Amino acid sequence: MTYTFGLDTFGDRNGDADGKPASHAQTIRNVAEEGVFAEQAGVDFFGIGEHHTEYFPMPAGDVVLAAIAARTEKIRLGSAVTVLSSDDPVRVFQRYSTLNAISGGRAEVILGRGSSIESFPLFGYDLADYEELFEEKATLFAELLKGGPVTWEGKTRAPLLNQDVVPHTESGPFPAWIGVGGNPQSVIRAARLGFSLMLAIIGGPPARFAAYSQLFQRALEKFGRPPLPVGVHSPGHVAATDEQAKAEFWPRWREIIALLAPERGFALPTEESFDWETGPHGALYVGSPDTVAQKIATNLRALGATRFDLKYGMPGLTHDQLMTNIELYGRRVIPRVRELLS
Amino acid sequence: MSGLSRLAVLGAGHVGPVIARLAIKAGYPVAIATSGDPEDIALITELVIPGAQPRWASDAVAEADIVVLAIPLHRFLDVDPALLNGKLVVDAMNYWPVSDGALEPFEDGGSSEVVAGRLAGSAVVKALNHIGYHELEDRARPAGAPDRRAAGVAGDDPAAVATIAGLVDRIGYEPVRLESLRAGRVLQPGGPVFGVVLTRPEFERAVREDARSLA
Repeated sequence: MTYTFGLDTFGDRNGDADGKPASHAQTIRNVAEEGVFAEQAGVDFFGIGEHHTEYFPMPAGDVVLAAIAARTEKIRLGSAVTVLSSDDPVRVFQRYSTLNAISGGRAEVILGRGSSIESFPLFGYDLADYEELFEEKATLFAELLKGGPVTWEGKTRAPLLNQDVVPHTESGPFPAWIGVGGNPQSVIRAARLGFSLMLAIIGGPPARFAAYSQLFQRALEKFGRPPLPVGVHSPGHVAATDEQAKAEFWPRWREIIALLAPERGFALPTEESFDWETGPHGALYVGSPDTVAQKIATNLRALGATRFDLKYGMPGLTHDQLMTNIELYGRRVIPRVRELLS
Repeated sequence: MSGLSRLAVLGAGHVGPVIARLAIKAGYPVAIATSGDPEDIALITELVIPGAQPRWASDAVAEADIVVLAIPLHRFLDVDPALLNGKLVVDAMNYWPVSDGALEPFEDGGSSEVVAGRLAGSAVVKALNHIGYHELEDRARPAGAPDRRAAGVAGDDPAAVATIAGLVDRIGYEPVRLESLRAGRVLQPGGPVFGVVLTRPEFERAVREDARSLA
């Protein structure tokens, strides 16, 4: 079994050692450094999630990925996620196909909504149309990925008639995933359109997603498609010890959940709930390299998944803390998980 | 198998399967339906909601004593009220413009009052809307458990409220009855108990303090 290990960021605005926020520009330059360093540390994939907020100033992650591509050779680079519903599938294909060209075939894309809803009003879309927008645009994106002229008609963008969309890829479609947060009908859609499945698990026991993984493989069979990988995306933070990792992460986690709670319906975390989520049955991967490695191995097995993306960082954590996290994840966590799974 | 009411859960997205699983575990016969062909949710039912029957919505509703609405609120506007005529309807939906977009008919007041207004031939009870779908199963506990949490049950028809309070109790929550759909506004997004999972005393205190702040 081949396992792939990634790091995802939302461009979480860095803090400095005194707790003062870094500028957006500095945060973006830091993300580029982190991506380059992730390759040196032995990480397989580096993903950037689209966000449009003061604390996640990362609306054009593909530009940052291109900068990382120019300074790396092996690491795969992709979105995590692209908010496809409020974008144009043709443009998304063109940008990531261009990234694929620059990087010598290392591009990927994860399509979804993520925690990002601010792009809808920003680009003039109605959140109530989310489902129709995503269904149509994901269908078109699957067509674009095949290469060759596309004929398509729908309600959400201008029709395409035998349209050649460039740049062509050199060696077929690049990997494309749909990020799913807990709606089984989204799992079926990923299988129907032939996308891989990325389970976004940010709270509660990860094992409850095992049924989704089975559902995905059974649905692929039903649609006559070959098996496709299942991945897991979850937040976390790695430091030298469990205590240090939790002490660094907890105040930042509490802040961001408090900020997002009104629009997402999250319950405010308590120290008790945080201890549970960072414990063996929760969804947060916060701790020493061994603690985090054990948890990743356990959940990949339980979910039949072959890909794990750690969403590292939180607004307010320093660039140095993130570089330490990346180093420990690449040099200690990943080799340990591979050992546990072999 | 039992004398329990038959449930029809409308919606197979985030919320519907969770409520269906809890009800099956509590012994209720459960049918699940979407706006489309039951064949489309056969796999989902088999793997994610084992024990439920996938049906056409009209068949599921016709044979049900209790109908649970677990669809996005904007889709509710497309539901033919005649379909639900004479039924006891649990409104587990939410009007949450910041997350799902604005809907003109729901701009003022309580979303379940609007739902009830459109379903004039049904008894509407607001319940199971205020605990996140990702927590609803994990937090369920049998009666008497020390860490059992509360769930609100609001409606204008006391008999309907009593029935749904029984359902909420059996699936694992301490039912807290609210005397009207108007009073059930405390269960909505932005209200004092939305998105937080509280014990009965905590729940009752939050509701009381909210009433006081509005007085």
